[in-house]
Amino acid sequence: MDPWRLLYLVPLAAFIAVAGYFTIGLQRDPRTLPSVLIDKPVPAFALPALVEGKPGLATADLAGEVMLVNVFASWCAPCKIEHPVLTRLAEAEKIPIHAINYKDKPEDARRWLAQLGDPYGRIGVDADGRASIEWGVYGVPETFIVDRQGRIRYRHVGPVMPRDVESTILPKIRELRR
Amino acid sequence: MRARLAALMVALPLAALAVEPGEELKDPVLEARARILSRDIRCLVCQNQSIDDSNAPLARDLRLIVRERLVAGDTDDGIIQYLVARYGDFVRLQPPMKPATYALWFGPAAILAIGVAGILIFFARRRRRIEVPAPLSAEERGRLDRILADQAGEERR
Repeated sequence: MDPWRLLYLVPLAAFIAVAGYFTIGLQRDPRTLPSVLIDKPVPAFALPALVEGKPGLATADLAGEVMLVNVFASWCAPCKIEHPVLTRLAEAEKIPIHAINYKDKPEDARRWLAQLGDPYGRIGVDADGRASIEWGVYGVPETFIVDRQGRIRYRHVGPVMPRDVESTILPKIRELRR
Repeated sequence: MRARLAALMVALPLAALAVEPGEELKDPVLEARARILSRDIRCLVCQNQSIDDSNAPLARDLRLIVRERLVAGDTDDGIIQYLVARYGDFVRLQPPMKPATYALWFGPAAILAIGVAGILIFFARRRRRIEVPAPLSAEERGRLDRILADQAGEERR
């Protein structure tokens, strides 16, 4: 057979390649952006406390053990949805969860925590959102997993749902704790 | 009511311009640089708008950061690098040229080149397949002339 005839298969091959890309690409959520801070040290930041008797949050606090950092606001509806999930995770796994309170009124945030419970170890008030920009946050809620060396190892965009805990967050925590 | 309407009338034409009056820098040169930079920085919330166009609070924060850094004497590249370090290349509306984006930059041209090459090969092969007949020999030409002359004579009759 004339080997040149194989050229007629090029359009078909190109179609299959493009269709393959679309099949995978169109199923991904374009709003979920990958973080460039993965495997990088926690950015430099220092935030004042929100609640009396509970310290604020700064770079130096995030090392020594595997921890979660949750960016939340009382005005954010999905934060309310993920709140019990995070609370349960903190209790069941004995994992410290720290919080960055993003562009919130402190009294609203305090009332919100009084109502829904406060699972956080430390809470830093990010009134102007600048510390969150250092973290590459582009919306609330976002949740980060920080390892013992104080490096960001995972970022979850949007509310943490029970299936996210099972499928990604818990396995990641266990892997980092080993 | 009338005052509120008047306020709305004043605010409406400004709505198309996301940069708020308080954000603008006093130095017109720096402000012009800020505007040009902002047009190339993606608003991460609205994604297909630049921070210059977007009314999202995060876009406003990023506009302020761009201006602060300009005032502090940072270069255009330095500002872009600052944002890329936090938000990745996605924050740039024009993807940078690097190995990971070669397919993006050269893919369309490469596909066009493959297509053009395919068409050229197709026609080159077709031309080769058409056999050019050998020219008539002297004997054949003589016969042909005779036939044509006979035909011409018949038609005249």
